[in-house]
Amino acid sequence: MAGSPTVSQSAGLRAWLLSSEPGSRWQARLGRAYLGWRSFSRNPLAVLGLGIVILLIFVALFADFIAPYSPIVGGDLRTQRLLPPSETYWLGTDDQARDILSRIIYGSRITLFVIVLVSIIATPIGLLVGTLSGYLGGWVDTVLMRITDIFLAFPRLVLALAFVAALGPGIENAVIAIAITSWPPYARIARAETLMIRNSDFIAAVKLQGASTPRIIFGHVVPLCLSSVIVRVTLDMAGIILTAAGLGFLGLGAQPPSPEWGAMVATGRNYLIDQWWVAAMPGIAIFVVSLGFNLLGDGLRDVLDPKAAK
Amino acid sequence: MTKPLLEVEDLRVRFHLRTGTVEAVRGVSFHLGRERLGIVGESGSGKSQTGRAILGLTPPPGDVTAKRLSFDGIDLQTASKRTLRQLRGGRISMVMQDPKYSLNPVMTIGEQIIEAYQAHKKASNAEARDKALAMLEAVKMRDPQRVFSLYPHEVSGGMGQRAMIAMMLVTDPDLLIADEPTSALDVTVSMEVLRILDELVSERGMGLIFISHDLKLVSSFCDRVLVMYAGRVVEELEAKNLREAKHPYTQGLMRCLPTLKDDVRPLPTLNRDPSWAL
Amino acid sequence: MLDIQNLNVVFGTGRLRVEAVKNVSFTVKQGEAYGLVGESGSGKSTVLRAICGLAPITSGRVIVDGKEVTTPRTKDFYRTAQMVFQDPYASLHPRHTVDRTLSEPLAIHGVKDAEARILQALKEVGLGPSFRFRYPHQLSGGQRQRIAIARALILRPKVLLLDEPTSALDASVQAEILNLLDDLRRQLGLTYILVSHDLAVVAHLCERLLVMRHGEAVEETPSDALRSGLATNEYTQSLIQASQGFTRNSSSAAA
Repeated sequence: MAGSPTVSQSAGLRAWLLSSEPGSRWQARLGRAYLGWRSFSRNPLAVLGLGIVILLIFVALFADFIAPYSPIVGGDLRTQRLLPPSETYWLGTDDQARDILSRIIYGSRITLFVIVLVSIIATPIGLLVGTLSGYLGGWVDTVLMRITDIFLAFPRLVLALAFVAALGPGIENAVIAIAITSWPPYARIARAETLMIRNSDFIAAVKLQGASTPRIIFGHVVPLCLSSVIVRVTLDMAGIILTAAGLGFLGLGAQPPSPEWGAMVATGRNYLIDQWWVAAMPGIAIFVVSLGFNLLGDGLRDVLDPKAAK
Repeated sequence: MTKPLLEVEDLRVRFHLRTGTVEAVRGVSFHLGRERLGIVGESGSGKSQTGRAILGLTPPPGDVTAKRLSFDGIDLQTASKRTLRQLRGGRISMVMQDPKYSLNPVMTIGEQIIEAYQAHKKASNAEARDKALAMLEAVKMRDPQRVFSLYPHEVSGGMGQRAMIAMMLVTDPDLLIADEPTSALDVTVSMEVLRILDELVSERGMGLIFISHDLKLVSSFCDRVLVMYAGRVVEELEAKNLREAKHPYTQGLMRCLPTLKDDVRPLPTLNRDPSWAL
Repeated sequence: MLDIQNLNVVFGTGRLRVEAVKNVSFTVKQGEAYGLVGESGSGKSTVLRAICGLAPITSGRVIVDGKEVTTPRTKDFYRTAQMVFQDPYASLHPRHTVDRTLSEPLAIHGVKDAEARILQALKEVGLGPSFRFRYPHQLSGGQRQRIAIARALILRPKVLLLDEPTSALDASVQAEILNLLDDLRRQLGLTYILVSHDLAVVAHLCERLLVMRHGEAVEETPSDALRSGLATNEYTQSLIQASQGFTRNSSSAAA
C-alpha cells in the first residue's frame, strides 16, 4: 500500500521524460538523457565500469577520511615493515612500513589527476584540429593532418622520456608528454566524422541562413563529433593510466615518496617472491581502474554511437 | 493455372525490439499464379517486409510466422537451409531498389551473371558465358560483349538495373520478386526497364511480385494489386478496375496525386482513419 | 524578382571537368512559381545551388531582387532567398530540437522576439506549439519537411528555392506539402523556384516551367500548355508520356 504512490509518481516522471511533446527545452534534454541512460543501464558491464570510475572519483575526493593511515609516514621500521595483509593492515605494509591500502587510496588522486589533465588537454586539441581540418579542407587540411602525422609518429613512452629528461622528472611533465602524444587519434576521428557531416543538407541549410564558419563548426559540427571522441577518450584512458604507471615504474613520473601506483609496483619488485602483496596490490588497482574505463567506454559507445557497436 | 505458384496465408513479421514488439506485417494472405501481382503501400506499410519474408530475407531481430507459406508445393517454413538456398536465386529471384548496392563492386557484370548461373545450374564456363551474354542481350544491352566486362560503377543506373535483372533471370526462375525496381531510376529509363521486365515475364511465364509505392505505376503494369496499409492488405483488386476501388485508403491514394490532366486545387489529402489499421 | 542570364556552372578541371549547367537563362516575376524539370544529371538542382551559392557561378549573371549576387553571398541575400531541401531526414540537425533549428536563423540575423516568431512559423506550416521541443527523430517525414519549410520562412524571405521538396515523401504526404506550399505562396506573396523530376508536381505548383536535359535548357513552357498537350519538344513529350504510367506495347500485350 505504502509503495503504490511512489510507483505511480515514478511512472509519472517516466512519462514526463519520455513525452513525445516536451513542453520546454529542459524536458526535451532530460528526456534524451533519460533514454540514453536507459540503454546504457541495460548493459551490466557498462554499469560496473561506471561504478568503478565513480568509486575512483569518490575515493580520490575523500582520501583524507577513508585512509586509515598516512600514505607517507610509515610505522616502526623494525616491527611493521613488509607485513602481510591482516586486520590492522588490510593490504599489508611496504618496505617503509607504510600501509599499502592508504597509499593506494591516496594514489587514486594522482591517477585521477593524470586522467583529468590528459583529457582536458588532449580532447579539445584533437576536436579542434580534426573539425577544422575536415570542415575547411584544402591546404588547412593538408597542413593540420601532416602535423597530426608527425605527432602520431612519436612513440608515446619515448617522447615522455625525452620530455622528462629535458624538464626533470615529475608527474606534471609526464602528463604533458602523454597529452601531446594522445590527441592525434582524436583529431583523426573528428576529421572523419566532419567529412561525413560537412556535405550533409543540414549544414548546407545553416550555411544558407548566413551562419559564419566558426558558428557552423562550433555550433553544428563539433557537437556531432563530440560523442565519438568521448568514447575514444574513455577507451584510451586505460592506456593513459598504464603509461603514467609505466613512467612511475621507470622512476620518471611521480617521485617518491608520493604514492603513485606505478612507482609502488616498482618498489615491490624487490620483494616480489616473498612479499608479493607489495607489488600486487597497486597492480590490481591499476588493473581494476583500467578495466573500469574500458567497460565504461564500451557502454558509452553503444549509447552514443550505435553505428560502431553493430 | 492449376495450382498456385505461391501460397501465403496469415503471414506475420514481428520485430522484437528493446522498446517492444513491432509487427510489420500482420496477417497477409494471398495466392499467386503465373501472373503479375502488385503490392502497393506507403512507407511502413509492410510491403517490402512481405517480399523479404517470402525469400527468408527478414533482417535479424525479425521473426516470421505464417499458417502457410509454400512455393510450388514446398513449405518454405520447414524447408532445410539447403533447399532454401537452392530455391533462392534459382527458382525465386529478387530485384532490389538500387543496383548500386546489390551488385558486387569488385566483380565485372559478366562474372556476376556467370556466378549466379553456375551456383544453380551445372554448366561449363563456356556454356555459362554464352548464357550470360544471351541474357544481357535479352535485357536489351546495346553491346553485350562490352557490358559483360564492365564493373558496376562503370555503367549507368538504368544499365545497372538491367544487368541486375539479367542476373536474376539467368536461372530461369519461376517467381521474381521486384522491390521498387525502378524508383532509383529516371522516369524515361524506368519505363525502358519495365518494358524489358514485362516482356521477359510474359515470354517465360513467370510469376511476378512487383512491390512499389507508386499506385499508378503498379496498376498500369500488373494484373492484380494488393493495397497494404499498416501491415495488412486493405484491398485486393484487378488492376483494370482500380477506378472502382472501394477502400477509402485506396481511393485517397489515387486522388492525392497531382495529375497533368486536371488541375485540382487544393489536392485532396488522406484523412487516415484509425480503424483502417485495426 | 529573379533574373538568370547565360548561367554556366563548371565543376573540376582537366579530365574531371564537368559542365553541369550550360548557358541557361530565365526570369521569374514577383509572386510567380517557376519550375525546373529534368532527369538526373540535367543540371536542374545545380541551377538552384548556383543561385544560393552552394555551387559556383562560372559565368553568367544571377540577379535576385534587383541585385546581382556576390560571392560569398551577403547576409541580405540570405534574408531574401531561402532553400528547402529534398530529404527532410538529412536536412535537419539530428541533435537539435525544432526550437533550436528554428531559432538558429533568428540568432544569426539578430532578430528580436524569437519566441513569437518561432510560434508563428510553426503555426504557418500547420504545426502546433507542442512540436516545438521535439527532436527530428520524434517527427514523421511530412512533419520534418514542414519544419524545414518553417525554417526557410522564418526570416521572411521573398524567394523560396525548393529542391525536390516532396520526392522523399509518401504520396499522401506529398499532397499535404504541395497544398501547404500553394497556400503559403498566396498568403505571403512568395516567389518559388521548384526543382523536380515529377512533371505533374511541377505543373501543379508552377505557372511556367523549364525542361532541362544534360545541363541545357530544352524548352520553356507554361504549365497550361503542358496540360493540353501542347509541348512541341520531343523530349518533353517523352517525359509527359512517362509520367502517365506504364503503357504496354501492343506486341508484348499479345504475348
